[in-house]
Amino acid sequence: MTDSLSIYVQRLGDNALVLGQRMVELVTREPELEEELANANFALDYIGQARMFYQYAAELDGEGNDEDFYAYRRDAQAFMNYLLLEQPNGHFGDAIVRQYLFEVFYLMQLEGLAACNDQRLAEIAARAEKEIRYHLRHSRSWMLRLGDGTEESHQKMQRALEQAWRYCGEFFYSDAADRGVCKTLGLDLPEDLQSRWNEEVNELLSEATLERPGTPWIREGGRHGKHSEHLGYLVAELQHLQRSYPDASW
Amino acid sequence: MSKDRAEWPLYEVFIRSKSGLSHRHAGSVHAADDQMALDNARDTYTRRMEGVSLWVVRSDRIIASDPTETSAFFEPAEDKIYRHPTFYDVPEGVENL
Amino acid sequence: MYTQGLDQKGQANVSEIESPEQLAAFQARIDAEEKIEAKDWMPAAYRRTLIRQISQHAHSEIIGMQPEGNWLTRAPSLQRKAILLAKVQDEAGHGLYLYSAAETLGVSRDEMVQGLLDGKAKYSSIFNYPTLNWADIGAIGWLVDGAAIMNQIPLCRCSYGPYARAMIRVCKEESFHQRQGFDIMHKLCNGTDDQKAMAQDALNRWWWPSLMMFGPGDADSKHSAQSMAWKIKRFSNDELRQKFVDVTVPQAEFLGLRVPDDALVLDEESGHYRFGEIDWQEFHDVLAGNGPCNAQRMERRRSAHDDNAWVRDAARAYADKQSAKAVA
Repeated sequence: MTDSLSIYVQRLGDNALVLGQRMVELVTREPELEEELANANFALDYIGQARMFYQYAAELDGEGNDEDFYAYRRDAQAFMNYLLLEQPNGHFGDAIVRQYLFEVFYLMQLEGLAACNDQRLAEIAARAEKEIRYHLRHSRSWMLRLGDGTEESHQKMQRALEQAWRYCGEFFYSDAADRGVCKTLGLDLPEDLQSRWNEEVNELLSEATLERPGTPWIREGGRHGKHSEHLGYLVAELQHLQRSYPDASW
Repeated sequence: MSKDRAEWPLYEVFIRSKSGLSHRHAGSVHAADDQMALDNARDTYTRRMEGVSLWVVRSDRIIASDPTETSAFFEPAEDKIYRHPTFYDVPEGVENL
Repeated sequence: MYTQGLDQKGQANVSEIESPEQLAAFQARIDAEEKIEAKDWMPAAYRRTLIRQISQHAHSEIIGMQPEGNWLTRAPSLQRKAILLAKVQDEAGHGLYLYSAAETLGVSRDEMVQGLLDGKAKYSSIFNYPTLNWADIGAIGWLVDGAAIMNQIPLCRCSYGPYARAMIRVCKEESFHQRQGFDIMHKLCNGTDDQKAMAQDALNRWWWPSLMMFGPGDADSKHSAQSMAWKIKRFSNDELRQKFVDVTVPQAEFLGLRVPDDALVLDEESGHYRFGEIDWQEFHDVLAGNGPCNAQRMERRRSAHDDNAWVRDAARAYADKQSAKAVA
């Protein structure tokens, strides 16, 4: 059980870290100064969440690792984040679409975790849930502004949506580790969240005058280390100092 | 390119730092709409737990007194010192007044 | 993070409509330490000086995000990453507070930003130097923020109310910036030989540019006297520079680092450090746009602004549609 719980928690940490790192890449590239502050807040939330999940994973593993071990000393293929989150930033709308589609799912996941019977995980999730609820307010309004803004923004958003869409299937796929953990902790299985996700996303897309893409879903990949080519670069950059100076502490 | 395009309007931001206190002017933000103004105010001015409540208002909607009329506006209050409790002598021995 | 005593052209040509009585009354308010507020009468030159100084200060904060932002993705631990991100975010916030303060003087943020993008407005020379190793992040916090604090604390008492209030907020938030920089240096200086070498290398490259941050020497600083009379500025460039050297040299000694100045010596009698000649040619070259990173910094700023014009437009268009709906 500890093994699959640790994997489950590491996956949560990896999602937070990889998306947080992508948001960090956006610093100094935002459309307006106020948006710089918002993006940095979101990235700080995600890095903070990654740290909490990794700290817990370290406790579960009991091998004397710390949070940085998970972030800095594992190879890219050991990361278990969703493929969507490692995709390059693209333009502002691409980043918003990625954030929105993931956060609708992630918020539901956190709501479940906040009420689960693992107290440590429930506490972390309760904190993260508040943060993500605010993020979603932000990403949701940008979906509307850009989807129903100008002709140009509408087209850009429709395209962004089609590109991101294929990666959303991964949210609703469970493997043995998930099923074990969900059962023990009293959580809904990921596939059980799909209809609520659909409902929320469909409603928003129609308000944003965007069309729900018909692109088929990739069912699984990132969570078993089968990543896109993009993650290797993200991880190499992230880990550069710790890998180059393995004996140093910072 | 955006030289001739209008920038996002300016909003003034007011923060209540804790319940029991009034909202106080903190600064301003630009935003395209009211909700964005509130979000931007939150992301800009409450990063260090500065507040429990926020107000935003379009800067161009504020009605302000005119500095050139400062004397007409505010000086007449100067000679009405009887409005202040310190104007009155309280006789010795009287308490709770 | 910073305002620098930069060059000023064509100011102080006092307009005819400003009567000697008005000017005297204004100066009397300043001398009585009264704050000037946005809608108050003020000499046109006072307004221009403030707009120039505050907007340069704001631009410096915004451009200043870039050299440190350069190490955000590579910060060596999650905690360092979070701290650095919080700091870079603060700089965005400080830029925002300062643009807001300047806007009270009747200039729009768009105009100020356009001035920067067109290359007409200046920003602090320090941000045109590259960050080449992790220790540079430490050195920036320790030296650049250290120098900035020297300069900014007196600005909290600046005669213009909105600027003074923005600076109070900035200084309050910035109090952790210098410490986190010193903390990075301290850790490196107590680390491996490679880490110590990084720290020394960073000090070698950032020391002189930090001294230049205070602007030209008093003898060459054209408009200091007027700014002092208006209480926009409270100490001269050279006074602040000396103060910075006096507090920083012992800190370098504590770290076991060598300040890259052979002429540096403590004058026992005055208690001040005497230091070598600053390379003013380098300073002027960097200001003129020929520093190592000027082009790169401006390019990043321009592309963030131009490539995202569609986003700002869409938000406006959406807001217009919504208000039209609300009316209908």
